[in-house]
Amino acid sequence: MAMHQSKFARNIWLGIENLLLHKLRSFLTMLGVVFGVGSVVAMLAVGEGASKEALQRIQKLGSNNVIINSAKSIEEETTSSRRSFMSMYGLTYLDYQRIRESFPDVQQVAPAKLIRKDSRVGSNTLELRIVGTTQQWFDLVPRQILAGRVFEKKDVDEFSAVTVLTEYGARRLLATKNTIGQTIRIGGDTFEIIGIIKTESGQAGNIQIPDQQVDAYIPLSTVRKYYGDLFVKRTSGTRTIELVELHQIIVQVDNMENVEATAAGIERMLQGFHKKKDYEISIPLALLKEAEATKRRFNIVLGSIASISLLVGGIGIMNIMLASVTERTREIGIRRAIGAKRRQIIVQFLIETVVLSTIGGMVGLVMGIIIPSIITYFSGMPTVITIESILLPLFISVGIGIIFGLYPAASAAKVDPIVALRHE
Amino acid sequence: MDIVRFDNIHKIYEMGAEPVRALDGVSVSFQKGSFWAIMGPSGSGKSTMMNILGCLDRPTSGQYFLEGKDVSMLSDDSLSDIRLKYIGFIFQSFNLIPQLTVQKNIELPLYYLGWDAHKSTQRAVELAAMVGLETRLNHRPAELSGGQMQRVAIARSLAADPHIILADEPTGNLDSHTGKQIMELLTELNHQGSTILMVTHESDIAAFAQNRLHMKDGLIERIEKN
Repeated sequence: MAMHQSKFARNIWLGIENLLLHKLRSFLTMLGVVFGVGSVVAMLAVGEGASKEALQRIQKLGSNNVIINSAKSIEEETTSSRRSFMSMYGLTYLDYQRIRESFPDVQQVAPAKLIRKDSRVGSNTLELRIVGTTQQWFDLVPRQILAGRVFEKKDVDEFSAVTVLTEYGARRLLATKNTIGQTIRIGGDTFEIIGIIKTESGQAGNIQIPDQQVDAYIPLSTVRKYYGDLFVKRTSGTRTIELVELHQIIVQVDNMENVEATAAGIERMLQGFHKKKDYEISIPLALLKEAEATKRRFNIVLGSIASISLLVGGIGIMNIMLASVTERTREIGIRRAIGAKRRQIIVQFLIETVVLSTIGGMVGLVMGIIIPSIITYFSGMPTVITIESILLPLFISVGIGIIFGLYPAASAAKVDPIVALRHE
Repeated sequence: MDIVRFDNIHKIYEMGAEPVRALDGVSVSFQKGSFWAIMGPSGSGKSTMMNILGCLDRPTSGQYFLEGKDVSMLSDDSLSDIRLKYIGFIFQSFNLIPQLTVQKNIELPLYYLGWDAHKSTQRAVELAAMVGLETRLNHRPAELSGGQMQRVAIARSLAADPHIILADEPTGNLDSHTGKQIMELLTELNHQGSTILMVTHESDIAAFAQNRLHMKDGLIERIEKN
C-alpha cells in the first residue's frame, strides 16, 4: 500500500512537472476554473449572508407567533371620507378575550393599543407612541432590559401610572440625568419611569416589527382609564373620530406545527364576529418558509450561472489538453514502445488535468473567500462562508478535471506507437 | 536455443485498392546471444519486421515465438508487458523524452515496472556510468550531443534487463566516428551476453554483427553467417 501511495505521489509530481514546463499556458488554462469556482464561492457567500439576515429579522418576530393588526376595511375607507365623521373598526377587547380562551394551543396573548402622545421631561419633549399592553408583551417581544424593570401583572391590575421607555426615548427625554424613578408627562398625565429597554425597530418581510424606537409601554388598563378608546384625528381642517379598541394582538402558539392551524382558526372566528374585514393576520412562520423557498430558488439560479462558468472552464481545460496530446504524440509513442499500457497513459494525462483543475479550484476558493470579505467591508452587506460552500466547489473542480480530462486522456491512449514514433 | 522464431509470418496492409504485402511469408530464427543485422533497401519489409519483432505490431498471419511462447496474437496489454520486460529499443532518432533529465529517461522502464524511486536511481546511475554519462545525469536531452543521446537511449534500453535489444538504424543520425563508438558499445553488450537485432542499410555498420539477414520485397533474400 505504501508503495502504491508513493507511486501515486510520483504520478502527481510528474503531472505538476509537466504543467510547470508551460507555466503561462497552464496558468491561462486554469483561469476558467479559478473564476468559475471563485464566483461560485463568492455568490454562495453573498446569498447565504442575505438570507441569514432575512431569517434573523423574521425570527425577531417570533416564529411561534401570529400577529393580528387592526386595519380600516376598504368600505370604511371610502365611506368615512364622505359621510360619517366617526369610524369604528378593528380588534376589540372581546376578540382578545375570545382568542385567549377558545384556542387550546394558544399559550400567551399580548394586546396592544397604540396612541400618539406628546411627552415632556423637564424641557425635553418628544412625540411618543404609547403602547398600552399587558405584561405578556415583554414575553412575546423579548428585548434586553437596560435599566429598571418591565411592568408586571400587579401594575396592570392596579392601573399603575408607570411606563417603560426605550433606549432612544430615554436618551432624547432624559439626556444623561438619572433615569429610573423619574416622572414623565405624557399628554396631560404623570407617569413614573420604571424601566428602559432596547428596541429592534424595522421591517421583516412585509410585517412591521412590533416595537418602535419612540415607544412608551404603559399598562393597557391604565391607558384605557386615562385616554379611553376614542381618538380625534385632525387632518387639514377636517376632524375625524376613530374608535379602535385594540390595534394589535400578538398570539403565541405553543408549538411551531400548530401555528398555521391556529391562525386559520383565529381568522374563522374573527370572520364570524366582524362584518367587515377590518383586521389583518400575519404569520412570521409563513414568511420564514417563504424566505427559505426564496433562498432555495436563489441558490438554483446562482448554481446554474456558476455551473455555466465551470462548464466553460472545463471546456477550456479539455481544449488545451487535446492540444497537449497532439503536441506530445511522440512522447506517448515512446512511453508505449517502452511498455506503458493504455491505462497508464490515461492515468498520466488524467492526473495532469485533475491537478490543473484542482489547483485552479483552490486558487478560486481563496479568491471566493477574499471577495465576500471585501464586499462586507465596503458595503456592510453580510456574507457567510459555510463548510459546504468550500467543499462543494473543491469537489466540483476535481470532478471537472476528471470529466473534461477523460476524453483527451482516452485519445492519448489511442495513439498508435508505430505512427507516434514517426511523428515529428 | 532460439530466442526468436518466425514461422511463415505475413503482414499485409490494406491500403487503397492493392494490398501491400510488407512481409510475405518469413520464417527465420535467431539464437540467444547472437548479433544480427537485418539489411535491405527501403520497402524491403525490414521496418515491418522490426515492428513485429518489437511487439509493436501483430502479424496478419503466421506465428511468432518469443522464447518459445507464441506472442503473435496477444492483447494490447500483454504486448505492452512483453515490450516492458523482454525488449529494449534503440531508435535512429534516439526518442528520448525532452522534458525529462537523463536520469529520468533511463529510469522510464523501471517506472512502468513499478520499481521504487531509490532502486531506480541506483540503477540509472549504474547504467549512466556504463555508457560514460555519469556526469550528465541531470542534463536534459537537448543539452547533449547526438552520440550522448544515443548512449542515454542504450542505457534506457538496458534498464529493465531485456532479453533482446532491438536497434533501428542506431547510427543513422550520427557521424561515422560517433557511429563507430556506438557500434563498439553494442558489440561490447553482445559480448556480455545480450541478444541484439539491428536494422541497418549501411554495410560497414552491419559488419559489426556476426550474422546478416538480407530482405527484399517482403522476403528473406539471403542469410550470411559468420
